[in-house]
Amino acid sequence: MNASFSPATAFINARLVDPEAGVILDGGVLVEDGVIVEAGARVTGANVGARTQVIDCAGDIVCPGLIDMSAFVGEPGATHRETIATASMAAAAGGVTTLLARPDTNPPVDGAAAVDYLMRRARDKAVVRVLPVAALTRGLHGKEIAEIGSLHDAGAVAFSNGPHSVGSSQVMRRALTYARDFGALVIHHAEDLELARAGVMNEGEFASRLGLPGVPAEAEAIVLDRDMRLVALTLAGNENGARYHSPLVSTRLSLDIIARAKAAGLPVTCGASINHLTLNETDVGDYRTFLKIAPPLRAEDERVALVEALASGLIDVIVSDHNPQDVEAKRVPFSEAEYGAVGLETMLAAGLRLVNAGQVSLPRLIAAMTIRPAQIVGLPQGRLTPGAPADLIRFDPDEPFVVDAAKLRSRAKNTPFDAARLAGVVKTTMVAGRLAPV
Amino acid sequence: MQTAFPHRHLLGIDGLTRPEIEALLDMAEEAVEVSRRVDKKRSILSGRTQINLFFEASTRTQASFELAGKRLGADVMNMSVATSSVSKGETLIDTAVTLNAMRPDVIVVRHQHSGAVHLLARKVSCSVVNAGDGSHEHPTQALLDALTIRRNKGHISGLVVAICGDVLHSRVARSNIILLTQMGARVRVVAPSTLLPPGIDRMGVEVHRTMESGLRDADIVMMLRLQRERMDGAFVPSLKEYARFFGLDEAKLAYAKPDALVMHPGPMNRGVEIDTAVADGPRSLITQQVEMGVAVRMAVLEALSYNLPNG
Repeated sequence: MNASFSPATAFINARLVDPEAGVILDGGVLVEDGVIVEAGARVTGANVGARTQVIDCAGDIVCPGLIDMSAFVGEPGATHRETIATASMAAAAGGVTTLLARPDTNPPVDGAAAVDYLMRRARDKAVVRVLPVAALTRGLHGKEIAEIGSLHDAGAVAFSNGPHSVGSSQVMRRALTYARDFGALVIHHAEDLELARAGVMNEGEFASRLGLPGVPAEAEAIVLDRDMRLVALTLAGNENGARYHSPLVSTRLSLDIIARAKAAGLPVTCGASINHLTLNETDVGDYRTFLKIAPPLRAEDERVALVEALASGLIDVIVSDHNPQDVEAKRVPFSEAEYGAVGLETMLAAGLRLVNAGQVSLPRLIAAMTIRPAQIVGLPQGRLTPGAPADLIRFDPDEPFVVDAAKLRSRAKNTPFDAARLAGVVKTTMVAGRLAPV
Repeated sequence: MQTAFPHRHLLGIDGLTRPEIEALLDMAEEAVEVSRRVDKKRSILSGRTQINLFFEASTRTQASFELAGKRLGADVMNMSVATSSVSKGETLIDTAVTLNAMRPDVIVVRHQHSGAVHLLARKVSCSVVNAGDGSHEHPTQALLDALTIRRNKGHISGLVVAICGDVLHSRVARSNIILLTQMGARVRVVAPSTLLPPGIDRMGVEVHRTMESGLRDADIVMMLRLQRERMDGAFVPSLKEYARFFGLDEAKLAYAKPDALVMHPGPMNRGVEIDTAVADGPRSLITQQVEMGVAVRMAVLEALSYNLPNG
């Protein structure tokens, strides 16, 4: 994505969602030179200059472009699953203007050269912003701390161990302590390696009926609880503790742990995937491998608890957890299938299900996909403030459509929402003041 | 007959109604008579092709399906994983599509992964019989167990059936729990908690952790095989300890009703889950189960054949 001159553009006759203020108001947004000049009721067709390109939104929603804190982009090493180009096309179509690329590529992003490579590929190939997340431990093996300082300087916006927890409490403690000194954000997937090893879906009656080994909620809670104690250690006697983000909470046990940590003043945030917020274990049905994800889809009461936590703000962020898998990785028996589902293109529409059901307000939903991730990662995007980058989207929250996997921009088509009836069509995606293809 | 069993496949007991199960058992009674004649050959499946596709070795189940198909006049081909191209990296679906192109009428599948038979069934145009998938289902085993019980007790409804041992990994247990509860039996599972699946209490069974409580007043004691790799420390401390607390011997069988009968799907670990004196004793139905196995599989193949395209 090239930053270059772009003409002034005005979105008018829109319903603006300001996720920072948590309000919806009628008005428009004026954009110039890639930044927001003004947003509000005063931006109308009559007020903008003659040379301004005008987009009449006719009552559609306009809000900051979505920021997805977890997507797998396939580069390097897995371009049969996804490329930066295809991931970014999928993102643009789904209203995602910034995505954080997971480091569990082949080879993993654990050196400054790899970060630099990703940033150059993103600059040349992506139609949205693609920001690298670097490995927390060397090779993602969980044994030695990666060069967090150098990676940070090279442009890594956060550090993660990919889909695997750091098993050693000692390594995790040192990684957190060291990351703290650089003010680096640690994103850690919590799952006890031993307890979760054989499991392929949520532990319980449904898994037992299918004859599949399960993963208990405790597999997540044990590691998350350990991590909270380690974060507290990094805070003891220091001004700042390690910034810790739990990307994929899936159970009430985990929510309780996060709530306690936040109440204790730890610098902790959490996210949930759109899949865990809108689907449950019974969607696995007759061994549908597209519903095999990690952590597994949980029971309905867990899903309801997640939605309530999203509404209350306990869950800060929604991610797509976009994980493209090629056909061969999914056309096998359930136990053998790879984990993961694509999600960049359907995250917003799936999330709007919660709004339409009256469970979450629209500003809250949008905040979890914009301002909250921006605040956590430390990005200037995700807001309508004058001076903020002009990353904006326009969508009709009520326009219905049927998800057609074959038409997804993503290279892989493993969507759990195939043939689902959703509402919410993205009509315009703007990145740095320029329109991206939707 | 066409309406008695309106299914293209037999993938599990789950989804079958009680009348459908009873119809299969009634057909199996006839097959028992046929199998006891000198001339066992019938022609219902004459001209039909049956492929036994076993991704996991099982001498007795494969032999049982082979005999069942041959007694009904089908041409039966056996394919086992060791001799197939699956070992060369061919996927399950490729194998299914390849075999399907040879135009079989029925494929009997055994696979080590739960759900694999369902996956295969979606890719073929013939009938599919699940001969055991992972820890999921083994429907013909449950049917043969039901037939054996019904012939010996006259009925299934109201009987107390204790299913004992490695319920966690057992497809036999799952299919039997579904079938026997469907038929009105009172089903108990008896095992150390490490060998019980989570949520088992919500499957309509009583859960017991000792043989003494689990076998009390039982009409049928159904033992499950404990796989060797699960004996040493992983799920139970040792073979010896397992045999002591959960192995069926005369002393533990005494907790059950005086006329209680003993079953085992085989192959047995003698001296582990079952004592030789019990296995070979007068109350054992184990060899009868094997005979009923052929009859039930004949019934299943016959029932499915009525739904196959003709002409």
